[in-house]
Amino acid sequence: MSDNIKEIAPPAEPGFWKESWYQLTRNRAAMAGLIIIAFFALIAIFAPLAAPEDPLEQTISARLTAPFTDGYILGTDDLGRDLLSRIIYGGRISLIIGVVSVGISLTLGGVLGLAAGYFGGWVDRIIMRVIDIMLAFPYILLTIVIVAILGPSLTNAMVAIGISQMPRYARVIRASVLSEREQDYVLAERSLGTGNLELMFRTILPNTLAPTIVQATLGVGEAILSSAGLSFLGLGAQPPTPEWGLMIASSKQFITSAWWVVTLPGLAILLAVLGFNLLGDGLRDILDPRLRD
Amino acid sequence: MLKFILKRLGLLIPTLLGVVTLVFFMIALAPGDPARIMLGERANAEQLAQLRSELGLDQPLSKQYLLYLGRVIRGDLGKSIVTQQKITDELTDRLLATIELAITSTIFASILGIVLGVAAARKRNSWVDYSTMTGALVGVSMPVFWLALVLIMIFSVGLDLLPTGGRMNVRLYFIPITNFYLIDGIIMWFREGKADYFVSALKHLILPTIALGTIPLAIIARTTRSSMLEVLKQDYVKTARAAGVPERKVVFRYALRNALLPVITVIGIQFGLLLSGAILTETIFAWPGIGKWIYHSISARDFPAVQGGILFISFFFVMINLIVDLLYSVINPRIRLK
Amino acid sequence: MTDTATIETSATGTGELLGIDNLSVSFHTRRGVVKAVRNLNLKIREGETLALVGESGCGKSVTAHAITRLVPMPPGVIESGIIRFRGTNLLSLPEKEMRSLRGSKISMIFQEPMTSLNPVFTVGTQIAEVFVTHEKLGRKEAFARAVELLDLVKIPDPAKRAKSYPHQLSGGMRQRVMIAMALASPEPGLMIADEPTTALDVTIQAQILQLLNELKKGVGMALLLITHDMGVVAETADRVAVMYAGRKVEDAPVEELFANPRHPYTVGLLGCQCSAPSNRNAVRLTSISGSVPDLLTLGDGCPFANRCGNVKNECMESFPDVSTAGEDHEFRCHNPITESGASS
Repeated sequence: MSDNIKEIAPPAEPGFWKESWYQLTRNRAAMAGLIIIAFFALIAIFAPLAAPEDPLEQTISARLTAPFTDGYILGTDDLGRDLLSRIIYGGRISLIIGVVSVGISLTLGGVLGLAAGYFGGWVDRIIMRVIDIMLAFPYILLTIVIVAILGPSLTNAMVAIGISQMPRYARVIRASVLSEREQDYVLAERSLGTGNLELMFRTILPNTLAPTIVQATLGVGEAILSSAGLSFLGLGAQPPTPEWGLMIASSKQFITSAWWVVTLPGLAILLAVLGFNLLGDGLRDILDPRLRD
Repeated sequence: MLKFILKRLGLLIPTLLGVVTLVFFMIALAPGDPARIMLGERANAEQLAQLRSELGLDQPLSKQYLLYLGRVIRGDLGKSIVTQQKITDELTDRLLATIELAITSTIFASILGIVLGVAAARKRNSWVDYSTMTGALVGVSMPVFWLALVLIMIFSVGLDLLPTGGRMNVRLYFIPITNFYLIDGIIMWFREGKADYFVSALKHLILPTIALGTIPLAIIARTTRSSMLEVLKQDYVKTARAAGVPERKVVFRYALRNALLPVITVIGIQFGLLLSGAILTETIFAWPGIGKWIYHSISARDFPAVQGGILFISFFFVMINLIVDLLYSVINPRIRLK
Repeated sequence: MTDTATIETSATGTGELLGIDNLSVSFHTRRGVVKAVRNLNLKIREGETLALVGESGCGKSVTAHAITRLVPMPPGVIESGIIRFRGTNLLSLPEKEMRSLRGSKISMIFQEPMTSLNPVFTVGTQIAEVFVTHEKLGRKEAFARAVELLDLVKIPDPAKRAKSYPHQLSGGMRQRVMIAMALASPEPGLMIADEPTTALDVTIQAQILQLLNELKKGVGMALLLITHDMGVVAETADRVAVMYAGRKVEDAPVEELFANPRHPYTVGLLGCQCSAPSNRNAVRLTSISGSVPDLLTLGDGCPFANRCGNVKNECMESFPDVSTAGEDHEFRCHNPITESGASS
């Protein structure tokens, strides 16, 4: 077992990442995911250039214009706002939500997982007990309740998603710390008198990266889905923010007359989340030691 | 086996205690004054004080916690602020609607998921495999509320085949018997000799079932496929083939029973999640279950109701996970006899 | 289909149960084509025990799987050859007829009794399945026959054991169950045993071999024994075929082979046999220096050339033709060991 881990996860060596990248480029599904993510990232960064109109500008005379008419490529919503521009700006918001939520989870889960795995004993027992209890709550319910308590807003939605997703990062990081802790290089450093904190953050943490990256990639996709759901329920972004879930919620009464106002933002969510899931699945195949033989 | 059950039950108590504690402190330590939030900015000091004492908020936190714990143990989740009804009554009224939908969704997802998963594994790297796995990945990437709306757009608005929401056509003047409308429909069929009630209940179930069942379907198909691929590599499958057992029987009798072991765990977990994950689906389809009720409680800032609801569902979730664990040990002879 | 298969191979000698002519099996992998078995000829007479010997990866298991047509295809491809079983070419049989042979006239037992039985069915049910499949017996009757067979392979208290799950039995017991399963047929003709004792303790090994020998004589079936253990060969086999890197390099009756080995590889195999035959750790082929060549990059020469002490120039260029040494003893070597043991 320990031989196995040494062979599989010496990520401190540059060769590991180089080899992983090479395998990634040969995994068609993962590359498709990467391309989708890159596409969304680009239009998010250059949203002001990519969007033909101001996403908030209302043209009441052009309400619910169908796609490909009067110069509106994807049509307009019930207030005459350009749907394409709103979807582009929505991508910016969704990516920020995904990354920030996962950042919160990673920070919380990372600290807890590292502490639990590194110190063991009662620290580990208490932390894992709390984690287990959090996992006794269904994820979606936990998120909704946290937002309900904090009050509906985009920031609180990110915090709620971050907290709800935290347990899985804590578990992943704890597990890899446990397997790294007894490795020769850690024992060697410790015998040289390296302090606990330094050992944890400088030596062990980088070696827990591989499984964490897999979890985080899938986590961004899930965070985008969750935030869209929260906004749909009125617990996330507030009008007139061009958030995808909110766009669907605020135009759902028009599904009888204007299919595009609901369908298109949903497709954008689907595509973005699919990108992260494709990449995450591919990364898991490549980086997860348990799946390697 | 008895020891195993007792051990699992023993683990249950601290978990449930932790759940109660976490729910209590989440609400109690939330920023802002719940009384103020519930009553709004225009409430006067007298009203606030009254609500606070009604909720026990004027007591010290530790006392509040012990009181709450004591009530929960007695099975009392308090009263809803909005309706002034006992929360346990409100929940049990809606529980069966949620369970009915969760059951139909789980059945839909399990049957289709296992069939697709087995087909994909048998024809590995064929178009069946690729399209099933692509479909599964799209399924888990899809926002459920969006899928629900698209289904309504196509089947209710566009084709006018199925209703947009509710559990039964209101014009049928129907008084629930078991509160499982499908079963009630069958009872009415025998009683009155017409299938209208059953058909209406069934029609109302179809779209919510598909919407709610899609993610579990995708997950079950993926799990079945990888589990089946793993089992088909095993030596005992080779043994069965070498003994001349027909391929169909090798797959469906010998391999499937082994391959389903992890799948059953996944199905159980998904069923537990469906009970809670129905908030969005129930809201969209006007399904009078617990999810929709919690959503309305949140909108109305009815904190005791939210607290009671989340506690109730989490208890349910923990219990179902326990049952799944026990069930797994029953169907797996390797665990059963240890 | 069956008729033509019978006609084209009708010219077989008497007493032949199984004949393999010019069999080649390849695996098309991402890295290239692996020629697992090349131009193999083999013959097993009725009631005979043939030991197929060689290191792992030499193609012996692939040969066994080709006989039962259980080579996974793809990636496996049977490039050429005929496998005659009682005059019928198995390779051109329709799948349905092949299946009715499997488990009835040709049965197979595997190396790992731990993993070769289905963990979620009782052993009795699994043996009974063979009767249900081939004799269309009812479940109850089939189960009763399974209990009889468990008795035949000397499992104590067979009625109770039949209701056990595999994990409740020891390794030796499970291998007995596997043997019982292979015997669950009205007229067993050939039993293929793929390393049947490798995973077992030494004492259990001897018991299982003895049981196989007794049953073979009692039932009158032939045995194809696949092994790398020359001790097992000496105890059990009538004839020995030695394989190396997909090729058969030597084939002789067992006494002849042990007394007068001609191929350097065979000598190497026997040379490893430095301690008692029943000590399985002593039988590993470690004392032949060098390693098995990569089957992907094999050239035209003799595949053993890189490890051979007697290597000559021509060994690198061509694979030798068949030479004979007396009756019934064949080998393929450019520079064989002479009877005195020295190189010519």
